[in-house]
Parts: sequence; C-alpha cells; structure tokens
Amino acid sequence: MSQASPLKILLVDDEPLARERLRTLLGDISIQFPTEVVGEAGNGLAALACIREQAVDVVLADIRMPGMDGIELAGHLGAFEKPPAVIFTTAYDNYAVQAFDLNALDYLLKPVRTQRLLTALQKVRGATPADPALLAGIGREIRGCGRTHLSSHERGRLMLVPVAEVLYFKADLKYVTARTVEREFLLDEALTHLETEFAERFIRLHRAVLVAKSALAGFEKAAGDDAEAYGWALLRGVPEKLPVSRRQWAPAKALVKGA
Amino acid sequence: MASIRHFPATHPLPDWRNFGVMLRVLLGINALALLAALILTPDLAGWPGRYVELAAVVEPWLLLCLGLLAILRDALWRLPLRIGQGAVLLLAGGLAFGLYAYWQSLLPGDAGSAWRSALLAMAAAAIMLGYFELRNAAFSPAQSEARLAALNARIRPHFLFNSLNAVLSLIRARPQQAEAALESLSDLFRAAMRDPGELVSLADEIDLGRQYLELEALRLGERLTVDWQISAVAMDIPIPPLMLQPLLENAVYHGIEPAAEGGAVRISIAQHGDELRIAIANPTCGGVQHAPGNQIALANIRERLALYYDLEARLDIEATDNRYEVRIVLPCRKQAR
Repeated sequence: MSQASPLKILLVDDEPLARERLRTLLGDISIQFPTEVVGEAGNGLAALACIREQAVDVVLADIRMPGMDGIELAGHLGAFEKPPAVIFTTAYDNYAVQAFDLNALDYLLKPVRTQRLLTALQKVRGATPADPALLAGIGREIRGCGRTHLSSHERGRLMLVPVAEVLYFKADLKYVTARTVEREFLLDEALTHLETEFAERFIRLHRAVLVAKSALAGFEKAAGDDAEAYGWALLRGVPEKLPVSRRQWAPAKALVKGA
Repeated sequence: MASIRHFPATHPLPDWRNFGVMLRVLLGINALALLAALILTPDLAGWPGRYVELAAVVEPWLLLCLGLLAILRDALWRLPLRIGQGAVLLLAGGLAFGLYAYWQSLLPGDAGSAWRSALLAMAAAAIMLGYFELRNAAFSPAQSEARLAALNARIRPHFLFNSLNAVLSLIRARPQQAEAALESLSDLFRAAMRDPGELVSLADEIDLGRQYLELEALRLGERLTVDWQISAVAMDIPIPPLMLQPLLENAVYHGIEPAAEGGAVRISIAQHGDELRIAIANPTCGGVQHAPGNQIALANIRERLALYYDLEARLDIEATDNRYEVRIVLPCRKQAR
C-alpha cells in the first residue's frame, strides 16, 4: 500500500495519557505506515473545532468523553461533505462493541495493541461512514439520553446548537428550525426523530411544534374559532407564541401547573 | 502501609453498651410484658392495669439485667457463643429468682414461686437473644456483598482498562511513575479482597483513598483536584473497611468524569467528642451526568453501618443542584467489638 502523503490524524480522548499512548504507537508504526498527528482534543466539541481549522483524514475517538462523546462526534462528522474516517477507541463498552461488530465498524480496545492499530489504519481509506441512525441508537444507549448538540450547516459552515439552549423546534414545509434565545437555526432533522430522541426535554404542542418543557411560561385560549390552533403557548425569553392543538392542550397545561 | 490493626468486627452476642441494642431490648421486653398482661386479663378493660402491675416487677429486673450485661460485655464476648448465650440466660434467670425471693421476704403473703419467675425471665431473654442472632444473620450478607461490590468496582472495566492504558503510556517516558501506579493498583485490589468482617484503622482507610485518587489523577490529569481536610483525629480509630474508598469512587465517577472542565473532590474528616465525622463532597454538573448508577455502594455502606454500630452511626446525603455530599457519623470506638 503506498500513500502519496501521510494520513492526517486527530487524537480525541479526555485522558491525556491515552492520547500520549496513541501518539507513541503511531510513532512505532511510522516506518510501515507513515502518519501525521495534526492535533489532539479532549472531547468531541474540541475535536470539531480542530477539524474546522484543518483537513483531517482519520479521527481516533474515545467513546466516553465529557462534553461531547465520540459517538456524537462521529454523527456530526457524518454530515460533512468529505467526512474524515472515524476509528473508535474504548476501554470497555459492551453494547457499543457489539453494535460495531454487527455493523462491521472498526474500533480499538484500550489498551491498544500496535498490530490492531496498524490493521485498522490500513483499511480506513475504503471504509464507509457509520449510519447516523445506528450512531444515534448507540449514543442513546451509552449516555442514557440524546445528543448534547445539533448540527446546522450554513453556507458550508458547521454550526453547533446546544440542545440545552433550544426553546422550540418548528417544522415548515421542508425544514425544521431550532429557536434559541438569540436566533433560529436550520436543521437537517425530522421532527418525529427529535421528539423520540429528546422525549425527556421536549413536548409536542402541535403537529409542527416541539417545545422545551422548561421554556413554557403560560397559555392563552385562542379567540374565536381558530383553525390553526386551539390555544397559544407563551415562552420564557422570546415574545413568540406557539400554537397548541386541541389534543395537546391538557397535557401541556398540566406541565406548567406541575412546575 | 502503617501497621494494620485487625479486629473481629462483629460478635454474635449483641453489644450491650450500644444505645440501639439497649433500645431494642427495652422495647422487646416491654412488648412481651404487654402480651403477658393480655393473656392474664380476662377482659380488655383490665389490660392496662395489669400491664402496669407487671411493669412494676419487670422494669427493675430489666434495668438491672441491662446494667450487668453492659458491665460484663467484654467478659461475655470472650466466651464461645453458646456458652455466652447460656450465661446471659442464667444471669437473667438468676436475677429474677433473686429479686423475687427478696420481694417475697418483704411481702410474705404473696403467692407464687421464685422458680416460675426465673423460668419466665429466661424465656424472655431467650427470645431476645434469638432476635439478635436472626438480626445479625440478616445483615451478614452485607459483609460479603461489600467485598463483592468493592471487587466489582475495582474491576469496573473502565477503571481497570483505562488505568492499565495510562500505565502503559507511562512505561517508556516515566517508568518510576508507572511503577508507583502499578503498586497502587495492586494495593487497591488487595484491599478489595481483604476480609470485610475486620475493622481497619482510619489511617489505613485514608491511605487507600489517597492511592485510589492518585490513580484517578493520573488518568484525569488536571481535571481532578482533591482537597483533604483532616483535623485532629486519632488515626488509630478502628473503622469498617471500604467505607471511604467506594464513596471517593462515586464522587469521581459521577462528579468529575462527566465534567469537561473537571472539579474538586473535598474530603473532610474530623472528630467531635466521641463522634468521627467523614464528609465527601463533589460537584454535580447540572443535567450532564453519567447514566444514574445503581446505589449499591451507598446501600451497602448503610447496611454495614447498621450491622457494626446499630443506631449510633448515620449516613446522610445532601444533594443540591451543583453539589453532592455524603456525610457519615461514626462513634469513635477505641475498643474493638
């Protein structure tokens, strides 16, 4: 196997010594397989920042990290035009490892063996990126909750929207938008998927609206017979009112009373 | 490690000087007296009066018994279990016989036999002894569970493999640090495999906690800061093993690991009179947390505290939005049970 230029590698792990170990091993195999470590990151967010700055061919990502874990990182990378290949590293994650095996995704078990690292890197070029639905499933299983961030691509740039800051999601014809206190973001997501992934945090108000439970401030009955909405929900932090369907009126109101 | 002082942690005979044990005996015997009064009265209306009559006889005997048992505790513990129990029965019976004979000498008209009262007293004492033996047996699994829980935690795969991975990366560049880390790792395993039925000194338990935190610091780097606040404490106080370390482990696992910027684990150990107070606090970062772990470690420590100290030890948890604190209060027992 001959490469024109060494593979550019990003090391992502929250433990400094684990990154050091991967660096050492990459050094050991550099004669057989030349690589260049272009950066190190302590979690998924830092890794994404790194990748925005420079081209990366392969990301070696630990599965469990604070802030943003490796599974979520891989999901965001998958939406890139030319996504870098991801090889997961893990000390022990039975569930993820089984899922990787089933779906022929490559991973490395820590402590990492030199030979395994070499094999994984050798086949990385031909590998296909992981299926986002699969990653979402593994991520939910490992974290016990949904992603921490959503990605929004604007004019070719990746914007990350922290889920904790989203007040509501709204579906318009083709697009789903996420509203934070500052602004709106265009998402490439389906409302139904968002509803299941973030069921603890958001509640459906209307066919086309999911609202953060914590953002609900109050309710207003609609004047007269409005075809669009049975009533309106008032939010904390923004002046907009959201339509509430007849069916969701009682459960949504119960939430605010309970708070 | 400092010299290890091992004590048998629990004796099958109850600790008669323990407040909880005394309370249980007082309540138990009085419940029996209440029952006896019910059996003796033909109608319910006479029940309270009958109980008061009985209590006048039972209470002095009961208090004398408890007093003597508290004095004789250590001597009784030195006997084999069955002989010790026999001695307690004889003491209860003998005391009842003596008291009855004394009262009869004061009130010669009273009918009944001192032998009968002695037998009744022995029966009551036997019921209480049986109760304590059952209670002990019910809590004993906590002992082996502590060991299992500790082993499981030690072999918590993330900790083990990540620690080994960290050591591997140290071997070439900083071999001495790697050696120290492996030594700490083996000490942790040894502690987990030790018989949990024996008490260890506070100093040993603190040592173990330090070693554990050093290993975690190796992995987590600057994210973990540790703040020990140990005021004037007698370091040779015997405490049940694996009390501190599992709590430190929880603090790191739930408080530090999920936080990208890390945080501080605060441990304070202080002695207030006869009480040893241990508090372990860690930050909690809002909603971002590991999947809620099962409370095995906490539940196990509670059970073992009940087994060793009955009502004299407490474990409280204070959880606020950004802080989680576990507080343990133990009686300082210079003398081993």
